[in-house]
Amino acid sequence: MAFNGHQREDESIDEDETPTKQPRSEKEMPGCVKTEPRNEASASAGRATSERRTSSSTARHRSDSVKKTRPPFPWFGMDIGGTLVKLVYFEPKDITAEEEQEEVENLKSIRRYLTSNTAYGKTGIRDVHLELQDLTLCGRTGNLHFIRFPTHDLPAFLQMGRNKHFSSLHTTLCATGGGAYKFESDFRTMADLQLHKLDELDCLIRGVLYIDSVMSSGPSECYYFENPTDPDHCVQKPYTLENPYPLLLVNIGSGVSILAVYSESNYKRVTGTSLGGGTFLGLCCLLTGCSTFEEALEMASQGESTRVDKLVRDIYGGDYERFGLPGWAVASSFGNMMSKEKRESVSKEDLARATLVTITNNIGSITRMCAVNENIERVVFVGNFLRVNTLSMKLLAYAMDYWSKGQLKALFLRHEGYFGAVGALLELLHPS
Amino acid sequence: MAEFVRLDSSTSRHTMDKSITLPPDEIFRNLENAKRFAIDIGGSLTKLAYYSTVQHKVAKVRSFDKATKEAASDKLYEISVQEEVTARLHFIKFENAYIETCLDFIKDHLVNTETKVIKATGGGAHKFKELIERKLGLKVDKEDEMTCLIKGCNFVLRNIPHEAFVYAKHADSEFRFQTTQPDIFPYLLVNIGSGVSIVKVESEDKFERIGGSSIGGGTFWGLGALLTKTERFDELLQLASKGQHTSVDMLVKDIYGGSYSSLGLTGDLIASSFGKSATADKEFSKEDMAKSLLHMISNDIGQLACLYAKLHNLSRVYFGGFFIRGHPVTMHTITYSINFFTKGEVQALFLRHEGYLGAIGAFLKGAEEDNPNQYSWGENYAGSSGLMSVSPDMNPMQRARSGTFDMLEMDRLERQLVNLPLLQDPSSYIPDTMDLTEDALAREYWLYCFEEALDGVVKRAVASQPDMPEAAERAEKFRQKYRHKLETLRHQPFAYGSLTVRSLLDTREHCLNEFNFPDPYSKIKQNENDLALKYYQKAVKSLEELSWEERQFALVRGVLAGNVFDWGAKAVSDVLESDPEFGFEQAKRQLEERPWLVDSYDQWLERLKGPPHKCALFFVDNSGVDIILGVIPFVRELLSRGTEVVLASNSGPALNDVTNGELQILTERIAAMDPVIQAGLREDRLTLVQSGSSSPCLDLSRLDKVLAMVVRERQTDLVIIEGMGRAIHTNYYAMLSCESLKMAVIKNSWLADRLGGKLFSVVFKYEVPAGKPSQGSAAVTPS
Repeated sequence: MAFNGHQREDESIDEDETPTKQPRSEKEMPGCVKTEPRNEASASAGRATSERRTSSSTARHRSDSVKKTRPPFPWFGMDIGGTLVKLVYFEPKDITAEEEQEEVENLKSIRRYLTSNTAYGKTGIRDVHLELQDLTLCGRTGNLHFIRFPTHDLPAFLQMGRNKHFSSLHTTLCATGGGAYKFESDFRTMADLQLHKLDELDCLIRGVLYIDSVMSSGPSECYYFENPTDPDHCVQKPYTLENPYPLLLVNIGSGVSILAVYSESNYKRVTGTSLGGGTFLGLCCLLTGCSTFEEALEMASQGESTRVDKLVRDIYGGDYERFGLPGWAVASSFGNMMSKEKRESVSKEDLARATLVTITNNIGSITRMCAVNENIERVVFVGNFLRVNTLSMKLLAYAMDYWSKGQLKALFLRHEGYFGAVGALLELLHPS
Repeated sequence: MAEFVRLDSSTSRHTMDKSITLPPDEIFRNLENAKRFAIDIGGSLTKLAYYSTVQHKVAKVRSFDKATKEAASDKLYEISVQEEVTARLHFIKFENAYIETCLDFIKDHLVNTETKVIKATGGGAHKFKELIERKLGLKVDKEDEMTCLIKGCNFVLRNIPHEAFVYAKHADSEFRFQTTQPDIFPYLLVNIGSGVSIVKVESEDKFERIGGSSIGGGTFWGLGALLTKTERFDELLQLASKGQHTSVDMLVKDIYGGSYSSLGLTGDLIASSFGKSATADKEFSKEDMAKSLLHMISNDIGQLACLYAKLHNLSRVYFGGFFIRGHPVTMHTITYSINFFTKGEVQALFLRHEGYLGAIGAFLKGAEEDNPNQYSWGENYAGSSGLMSVSPDMNPMQRARSGTFDMLEMDRLERQLVNLPLLQDPSSYIPDTMDLTEDALAREYWLYCFEEALDGVVKRAVASQPDMPEAAERAEKFRQKYRHKLETLRHQPFAYGSLTVRSLLDTREHCLNEFNFPDPYSKIKQNENDLALKYYQKAVKSLEELSWEERQFALVRGVLAGNVFDWGAKAVSDVLESDPEFGFEQAKRQLEERPWLVDSYDQWLERLKGPPHKCALFFVDNSGVDIILGVIPFVRELLSRGTEVVLASNSGPALNDVTNGELQILTERIAAMDPVIQAGLREDRLTLVQSGSSSPCLDLSRLDKVLAMVVRERQTDLVIIEGMGRAIHTNYYAMLSCESLKMAVIKNSWLADRLGGKLFSVVFKYEVPAGKPSQGSAAVTPS
């Protein structure tokens, strides 16, 4: 991707000197101040050894210092994953005339470029439908934008940053995901930018909890599928994550991480699997010659996995009653492909569908075992594998419900893959 | 038992294994009396099981009738070779392609069977039902696959020592065999067929499928075939073993540039399987894709297995199914995965006879009326092919041997075998002192040693049957068979579990029996017993003339000197041949002077000054001078002290070891001359029991049930183990819950060297278990 915005070599102005509005009440600044008592309670209820604690934002940072601690614009949060870079950008809408005048041209051009386009270069995309409007962050009101582009286009992004003299803005670029580590030196050498690196799981959890807390109006952030085992009556329903703990958070990106979350600051990574979104796309590319996630999903939606997979009924003629296995259950993923004739008779769409079903069911099955082992009943699935992937979401909802006999509930979040980036932005605004 | 000390000659010993496809008459053996057929037809291999009886010769000893004695001969007892019928289970594994030929062959050779039904299991049972019924005229009776699998698994775990092993690719020995656990339950069986079934087994009849996965061997095969255009499963594994998964998989370091250290994820971990193949317009090699697929599937299965093991709190996890079946590649990746996910808390276990489980289980289902589980069974090394006999991975040279048949034979043992109740910790007891699978130097030596001794064994076998003209021919077959086994073991030391001196000796006994040489030493033993007996009274008398303390030492020296007498131990056999009386005295002089290599005689003597033991269990060794002039006087002294004695001797012949049958006669004869022994027998203070073994070594975890009962009833508080085979090659480190005495003379210079001694060094190891001060030391204050 390439950012082709304007370039100007303006002098930078220290934003701290820019007059700003009076700080607002605490209530309006969920991103800045978090003092919910439940955090402390559950944190002190403490979990044993293997957990990881993050020091949460506490009352240390109080409103009187909001202005002082508020970082200069632009406000970005970045999550550089194995496949995609996720970028959140806060566009202030409460800019005063005075501010406007003093705003450096550099900054303006970045803002205009990002907000007036929905696509950047060949591969950058702004998910307009996810935009959060009239959000108050650190005393400023504005819109939160969600942008993504493939990680392999990161050099182009850096080149743009260099061209735009991004570094002259003296902003801190908060970044998470493995790429924050891998590309740290590239940011420095190519764009003269110093990254503030953040742990991806800390950011993920912070992002999830924040987005869920601000989405009181508009479409519900969290939802589930009602009647997951009945295709005709399976419908998406809003869900309130009011008292979310404990929850199992399953992040399906290129790979998968499964976290048990007991409070914002108390969580542990239970396990992970390398069979994730990257596997789905990677296998689809090899099997069907497709090249994008969207293409792969489109094929999958038209295929039939039962031609590829060997089902219980293919082996036993029906249910395997001795073990309570229904005939429709998959006995062997890709099992029919052991036979040459069957290999020759399946379509690319069938193969794409089977790949999707295999990966999704496997994630479901590992998740279910973790939920049982950790004794947690609520499972939240996030990550970009689920983007525009209703097929997988319904499969997960089904699998959770069916194999747990209704014990487990699969929940989904609208901002699927952006929580890490949101968490990084929050870290910029409010260092923990 | 006997050993070899010949280190001179250097015959060529690297004859190559030239075995090719075996003719069927060497495969479907003993078909004439076969019954109770079972068949397990998998995706590519068929496993056939049947029960048969084997007639073979056994050597029996019998006292002469009083009336005929004087006239008949001056021999002590009569040796006769009799026909004995024993039960044997045959299992044969072959490729499905041979099924029709095999069925025809069976039909032609099945003579007098009343069998009407054949039990069948496995996915292919359905497909071949009609063929089997037509060819064999038997009704196919289908059995549930999983039930058969579990039944078979329980059977092998219980009956085959060293059945389970841990696979460690980079260790000195890839296979680390597990000792048989007294209680095999509960365990987890992860069966990786086309899909995966995870079964929790709690008892013989109680098991439950607690989970599974659709990502299994079929996924590897199916997806692998699509990705690499490679047809066969074996070829896919071959491809995988040559590939590099890092070019296809996205690793942690591909995302992070290094490790994700705060989570402890190293850079080389796979973050996303096939994550790199999403990059369009790049070609990936077949090998790399196959390897990536293999890792993906193995890791996934390992992870699920761990989650289930954790949930059900199980630490024993066995893996089986065609995905595993003897493939080092998959055993390695599964092991790796289990280690990773459990951080080493759970070990992945594999089974030597994993491929036979279904067939064994189906057979057992059909044989329930024979109640096969009430017997103990033993793997017959002569008739079994051993681990990976046909594995192309292990033996690339044999890749063309696709027609090879793999066999397993199990003998029904006459006695039910159990643990010695006096083992301190049965679950950690390992009989063998040296594991030749791991110790390459020792392995080299002993394989050489056994090969060197082969000529002598053959000669003795022929000599033991002078009136049988074809003995020479049979002996030659024996030589070939045993040499072939040694050759196999040289390349695949893990073929029959841990390779040990005991297993080498046992394999030789099995091979000798196979060719009807049940007891090559019978005449020698007879002769030797005869001679030694004549000297008995004189020996006892001279002992009685000694002071108490002198006598105790003389008795110990007697046992040790007697133990020097050992046929097959070349260093002493020459002396033996000439004059046993003189030999015995000379043997005493040959003994190492105290302090011995291992010497706790002083503690033993102190202990003897204390109260007598309640009951001593004595595992005896050789015939002749050893038992008659060494052991019996020692036993006599124990009896005089008021200690009951249980003499445990072999059930069947092994080398020149005294058998229970021979010992019965010997004690009768001695009782006739010695009132102390006579009284002991009469008052039931001296008892003879069978060990349940026919080995020159001793496995205290597989002993006759009656022996265990007697030991318990008599409150045995002293165990005496005599001889190199039983006290040094095995049980040297055995920990017992009561006092124990291990006595042996090292008659092999290599071994002596290993133990830091020299030829004829003495091991006298008296041990009192920790926390149990011997009564002697409590009662007697040292002066």
